[in-house]
Amino acid sequence: MDLFIAIFTGTIIAATPLIFAALGELVVEKSGVLNLGIEGMMLIGAATAVWSVFSGLPVLPAIVLSALAGAVSALLFGVLVLTFMTNQYAAGLALAIFGSGVSAFIGRDFGSDPTTALDEWHIPVLGDLPVIGPLFFQYDPLVYFSFIMFGLISWFLYRTKGGLIVRTVGESPQSAHAIGYPVIAIRYLTVAFGGAMAGIGGAYLSIAYTPLWVEEMTAGRGWIALALVVFATWRPLRVILGAWLFGGMTILQLQGQALGVGVPSEVLSSLPYVATIVVLVIISRNRQMMTLHFPASLGKPFRPAG
Amino acid sequence: MDPRLELRNICKRYPGVVANDGISLTVKPGEIHAILGENGAGKSTLMKIIYGATHADDGDIVCDGQLIETHSPSLSRSLGIEMVYQHFALFESVSVVENIALSVREKYDIPALSRKVTEVSERYGLPLDPRRLVHHLSVGERQRVEIVRCLMQKPKLLILDEPTSVLTPQAVRKLFDTLRHLASEGCSILYISHKLDEVQELCDVATVLRNGTVTGTANPKESTSAELARMMVGSEIPETHLDPSVPSADPVLSISTLSASAPDVFGVDLKDINLDVHGGEIVGIAGVAGNGQAELISLVSGERSDHATDAIRLCGTPTGGKSAGERRALGLAFVPEERLGRGAVPTHDLGDNAALTAHREGMVAHGLLNRRKARQFAEKVIERFGVKATGPSTIAQSLSGGNLQKFIVGREIELHPKAILVAQPTWGVDVGAAAFIRQTLIDLSRAGVAVLIISEELEELFEICDRLHVIADGRLSGALNRSEMTMESVGLLMTGRDRNSNGSYDHALSD
Repeated sequence: MDLFIAIFTGTIIAATPLIFAALGELVVEKSGVLNLGIEGMMLIGAATAVWSVFSGLPVLPAIVLSALAGAVSALLFGVLVLTFMTNQYAAGLALAIFGSGVSAFIGRDFGSDPTTALDEWHIPVLGDLPVIGPLFFQYDPLVYFSFIMFGLISWFLYRTKGGLIVRTVGESPQSAHAIGYPVIAIRYLTVAFGGAMAGIGGAYLSIAYTPLWVEEMTAGRGWIALALVVFATWRPLRVILGAWLFGGMTILQLQGQALGVGVPSEVLSSLPYVATIVVLVIISRNRQMMTLHFPASLGKPFRPAG
Repeated sequence: MDPRLELRNICKRYPGVVANDGISLTVKPGEIHAILGENGAGKSTLMKIIYGATHADDGDIVCDGQLIETHSPSLSRSLGIEMVYQHFALFESVSVVENIALSVREKYDIPALSRKVTEVSERYGLPLDPRRLVHHLSVGERQRVEIVRCLMQKPKLLILDEPTSVLTPQAVRKLFDTLRHLASEGCSILYISHKLDEVQELCDVATVLRNGTVTGTANPKESTSAELARMMVGSEIPETHLDPSVPSADPVLSISTLSASAPDVFGVDLKDINLDVHGGEIVGIAGVAGNGQAELISLVSGERSDHATDAIRLCGTPTGGKSAGERRALGLAFVPEERLGRGAVPTHDLGDNAALTAHREGMVAHGLLNRRKARQFAEKVIERFGVKATGPSTIAQSLSGGNLQKFIVGREIELHPKAILVAQPTWGVDVGAAAFIRQTLIDLSRAGVAVLIISEELEELFEICDRLHVIADGRLSGALNRSEMTMESVGLLMTGRDRNSNGSYDHALSD
């Protein structure tokens, strides 16, 4: 039972940074912008969080700063692709590389020093229940926050006029412009939001998941988040399921390594990535679903006509 | 009483062209006012100026006696001016009511809005299910969504830009009933069209434009078609001449029981298509856009060449798995619907564009293109088909629609094909060039070539086709002879209902 609880809670925690980053990217892509730079924005978020904590800030403001740093780096990308209409693929890749460099610079003095970790929130009464308590009610606040964000984003995209506007801007910016919506401004907002979410995801890694700074500590999670959005066919619930799959495989392979399974640890470490991609590819084979939810203008620059 | 709308001396210049030159007109309340003119006469520019989407260089717009200083689409809406675009501004992946919610200034309350949509659509006889996703709708239904969207705003002036180009003849009649109903309630309507018969049937006043200037104002119900046409074109419209056809014994292009599922969800599945085109005849395919034409074209041209195309034979050879290039080698030529981007590379000159499909005509030696020969070929096309271009080094996109279409059709004809597939031969082409292209296609067929034309312009198909099929929802009707081609028969087939299965027209009208 203890092992099950450990694997379950480990899965939820390992999935959290992905959930933040992928949900943010989902909103960005729904508005028709492809930001490949999630990895870079997560690293900037992670390094900013560590820097803030070492500068004496409490954990919560440190997370807010990480979100801001992620948003600012995303806005750099936004200026390039929305105002100057550069190629979104190239600009996104540049952001990924830029983020890696900047984060290494921010974090250069904190190599492997443990940071103050985010405390768990032991929810009164519910958290004291046997089994149920440790399974559901003893996480840190960011885990709960990730679920609140999931609910908010799903509600916003599919139940509000604002979400409808974001989706239609992603389908046909020309039509949205023709009926009078400020396409570029809307896309700036979603891009900044996506950056903030990636920043929080990065901060989660460096002050909750493994409370220390290591260069390149995201280890490809930004790219997995990117793949999650595509293979989840741009639907929030599937993003969550995919993130849990990744988290679950991460924890299982760690347990496997601890138990000394006779497989090289490098192979085990690659399992979460391989398994997530394979499962998601199989799920996303339904072309009808893919086409219906695909933001038709994804990755295409938009130039408002006269 | 003030006129609903008054234009005084509107001028609009673009680099190289004067789109509108001193245009004045007056629209009274409750009047159906036609703006009649050819493609390129400046109609669409004028409508955009009225709606505020483009600004005039000079001139005044007065609405209900009030001079409009700084114009914009949102000001138009607050003044009660609504516009139905020729190309709809609808979002495919969301529902009808959500589309409408995006452009009305009402509280975002989907159930309440749905009720209102149903109410308005029933009141004006435009049946519409607010919950359906737009991509499931036919083009005619999409237009209904646009019109209902405008009507929800209780407009005082409704602008319609070529609204009937996407409708079956029966649906046109229904639209006219709706517009008359609307006008009787005091709403003014600006009806943009190049179709004389429609304007004569519907409109109270017609302002005729040619080359950006007003060439006349008339009461279309009292004027003859010839009078209106002369104002519109400036000369008599050339007539095409059609000799009886002498079809070859065996079909050159033959399609038997072709079924193919669409490559994407927004496409149309083709079901059991049978079609023969003999040498020496012109066969037409009529139908409202989006009923499988694009899918059929890509299968015949070879842009899609999987084994579904085994059902297509070219000079007796099955084409399954044969690429577009291999089919061209068998004697197929193809003029696609889009001139820029598919028929020609917009930024390349005519010489290079000639080489795109004519490279088989001895232009390539040892894998290298002989550009001198490509230029000669282009020169020959320019000369023989009267393309108004300075020479082979003219950039394709600098040509007018009619001239570029003449060049592309000419290029394909100069390849001496055995069969030619032409999609929308005269879309957006001025009347003179259109008549020339039609006559060229007739002459080509009478020289023994099998000609297949896919078009949405019924008048054009009636004019030049020896036999006519109708495509509806991925199914192709049997062939109609020239004597069987009437607006009624073709219109019924366009709604997807066979004459035999349903004798009355009422059914089709409710579609």
